[in-house]
Amino acid sequence: MSADDPFEAIKQTFFLECEELLTDLEASVTALTFGDGDGETINAAFRAIHSIKGGAGAFGLEELVRFAHVFETYMDELRSGRKTCDDTAIRAMLHASDVLADHVSFARGLIPSMDEERSQTVANELRALMDGGGPVVAAAPDPSPAADPIEAEFDFKPVMFDFGDASDAPEVVAPEAWTITFKPHVRLYETGNEPALLLRELARLGPCQVTLDTSELPALTELSEPAACLSWTIELDAPVELEAITEIFEFVEDECDLVILPKGEPAGSVEDSAAADVGIAALLAAATAPAPAAPAAPAADEVDIQALLAMATAAAEPAPSAPAPTPAAAVAAPSAPAAKATAPTGSAQAAGGGQASIRVDLDRIDKLINVVGELVIQQAMLAQSVAECGLAASSTVKVGLEDLEQLSREIQDSVMAIRAQPVKSVFQRMPRLVREVADMTGKNVRLITEGEATEVDKTVVDRLAEPITHMIRNAIDHGLEDAEGRAAAGKPKEGTIRLAALHRSGRIVIEVSDDGRGINRERVRKIAVDRGLIAADANLSNEETDNLIFLPGFSTADSVSDISGRGVGMDVVRRSIQQLGGRISIASTPGKGSVFTMSLPLTLAVLDGMVVRAGGQTLLSPLSSIIESFTPKEGDLHRIGARDWVIRFRDRFLPLIDTGRVLGFSKPDAPEITGRDGIAIVVENEGGSQVALWVDDIQGQRQVVIKSLETNYRKVDGISAATILGDGRVALILDIDALVVLGRQQANQSEFKIAS
Amino acid sequence: MTKKILTVDDSRTMRDMLMLALTDAGYEVVQAEDGIDGLETLEREGADVVITDINMPRLDGFGFIEGVRANPAHRGLPVLVLTTESSVEKKTRAKEAGATGWIVKPFDPVKLVDVVRRVSG
Repeated sequence: MSADDPFEAIKQTFFLECEELLTDLEASVTALTFGDGDGETINAAFRAIHSIKGGAGAFGLEELVRFAHVFETYMDELRSGRKTCDDTAIRAMLHASDVLADHVSFARGLIPSMDEERSQTVANELRALMDGGGPVVAAAPDPSPAADPIEAEFDFKPVMFDFGDASDAPEVVAPEAWTITFKPHVRLYETGNEPALLLRELARLGPCQVTLDTSELPALTELSEPAACLSWTIELDAPVELEAITEIFEFVEDECDLVILPKGEPAGSVEDSAAADVGIAALLAAATAPAPAAPAAPAADEVDIQALLAMATAAAEPAPSAPAPTPAAAVAAPSAPAAKATAPTGSAQAAGGGQASIRVDLDRIDKLINVVGELVIQQAMLAQSVAECGLAASSTVKVGLEDLEQLSREIQDSVMAIRAQPVKSVFQRMPRLVREVADMTGKNVRLITEGEATEVDKTVVDRLAEPITHMIRNAIDHGLEDAEGRAAAGKPKEGTIRLAALHRSGRIVIEVSDDGRGINRERVRKIAVDRGLIAADANLSNEETDNLIFLPGFSTADSVSDISGRGVGMDVVRRSIQQLGGRISIASTPGKGSVFTMSLPLTLAVLDGMVVRAGGQTLLSPLSSIIESFTPKEGDLHRIGARDWVIRFRDRFLPLIDTGRVLGFSKPDAPEITGRDGIAIVVENEGGSQVALWVDDIQGQRQVVIKSLETNYRKVDGISAATILGDGRVALILDIDALVVLGRQQANQSEFKIAS
Repeated sequence: MTKKILTVDDSRTMRDMLMLALTDAGYEVVQAEDGIDGLETLEREGADVVITDINMPRLDGFGFIEGVRANPAHRGLPVLVLTTESSVEKKTRAKEAGATGWIVKPFDPVKLVDVVRRVSG
């Protein structure tokens, strides 16, 4: 099999399919773990492994086939009920699915090497379970991973490309010619086999002399059951191997009397191929003969003829050229209930899980999204032009334009929905991670996932895996106590990691929490001081102390452990989340555990925002973070310190940020806040605290297409991205959290200046 | 006339491979994803030869073949089963259900076409 292009394409399809199958497998095994599984769950797991093995064989992925075979065989034992699906079995399945996934990744080139030893260990574990049904421990003392007794037992061939290649066969002197007698049983016809075709295959081997024996064909009156009454004797005049002949009869050997003998004496009359053709033609005619021939037999009474015709037709039907009288065939049909065709074999529930879907290249969707984005911009520009014409609100142009706007928005929503995917695909990878890390640390860990169905844009889903992985590793490695620690703290032996996803104010929030020891603030502080990250006398709140772990170069592990170390710290996690326009924070209660919360935009493509003016610039504030906006009255504004302002809002005072000034748009000599008219926008940052932004003017609410500032220009503090407004102007999109931080920094700096 | 082959397999990889091998050999191919889909497709589209997997959701290969044979119009239709198992038991069960023959996965495309020709002419 050459690796030409279509074949390579199918191989890629295979790997994609493997991904889905592994996900199914993981889901089945997880269901079994929580006791939610039944026979069909085991069946589904079996099918997934079976399909992976089937495809892998076609691509010569020997190691993958080998392992999948052992796993599959074990699942078959469970499926058939020969082995019980107990905790030991489930643990073995968990390990085996992990190894299987690794084999697939390795075959795909995603991981550089395969842990053969682990693969062998797990395979042996499965074999041990099959052999004795005893616990895994029984296999553990066996130090010889090479021992492979079961392989032979299962008559297993890892790669089966060696199809009937006769040149490999040992040299045997074949007879000069063969005599074959062939008498089909009724069953041969019933299984859709056709003697004429078999004889034609024989004729391909060499010249044939065929004799049809009709001696057993009874008179019509004596025909009582569908019967096969014909037999053939074939003189094959060719020195072929016996296998070449038996191969032709491979499918029917149990459905006929077949005798193949070397021809007794050298053929006296060698037929040429033309003669053989004539023989076959006669044969073909004979094969289709019974039905037409039958009526020619001596007449019987009419009732019988009807039945007889039916039987004759039934027997002769396999011959394609036999004109089958339909009503008769219907009479002759066995009473096999047609209902059976639609009756599922006890697995109908599985059907509910499958969803009709099509596979679309991501590039096409992205192109569509891009075009729709342009459409939205164009529509906004058109609306603006029309507005400037001063048409009446009831004019058909305006009404039509409103409808168009509605439609554009619907199109945009629908297109975005295409890209939306549940976070399930990421969450499902986590049980395995938890098992691995739990094994490595020797801790007992239970993973609870919530909100798997929460949908988010595909680009976001794809990039969630890494930070979540890191956070979970961190939670198990650093967060959870070891067994003694938990016992001492009076906690259950099993630590719990909770992974949850939810939608909150237009963003997706992912929480990773543990019921471990919580952040050891004293230690965190000491490390931060030791590493020069903070001043020794720095006055930090609990929250600030906790968040020190996100500082670059911070690591609480005494030694960089194999698990969560890996050379990266939480600062890398934070950075990768920030790149997605997201934020991460931690809340910790000593002795009770920690909660890492990250929040990300649902999509990276569009945004609902409020268009504002500040410092002479048009800016956009994300609608999701706006709580309220209001025009302050005299006396609502208060100055604190040199340049810090607070504003009264519902009997509270909120920090007020002069947006234009903080971003550097206002001229240095611009009047202070109190000297200008303006509007305060109350926004909430990720931590849930509120601040007010001071802007000159609010221009309206708009949905905009996000254009990355970083790829087109560079990162700007306080700004998350840019967009194009209806009038064609570029507007910058505010990054509220960054803006708040920026505001605080500037205030601190100015205080510092004054103090010095 | 081009012969039409119905392939019934829940694995996309396998369906694609069959499609490639069979269309290369000049056959027309229609596909179904499981036994029930297979029976419906057969009724709707018809076929000269059927190739079916055994392990499938909803309705497995054995049930599918029995369903095919239950229709008098398909009693002589060649039905080949695809199986990774070379075990006698699977073949016997397939035969009992009414299978014409079998193809052992992974298949060699040339061999596959040979077998199809052997049962369909």
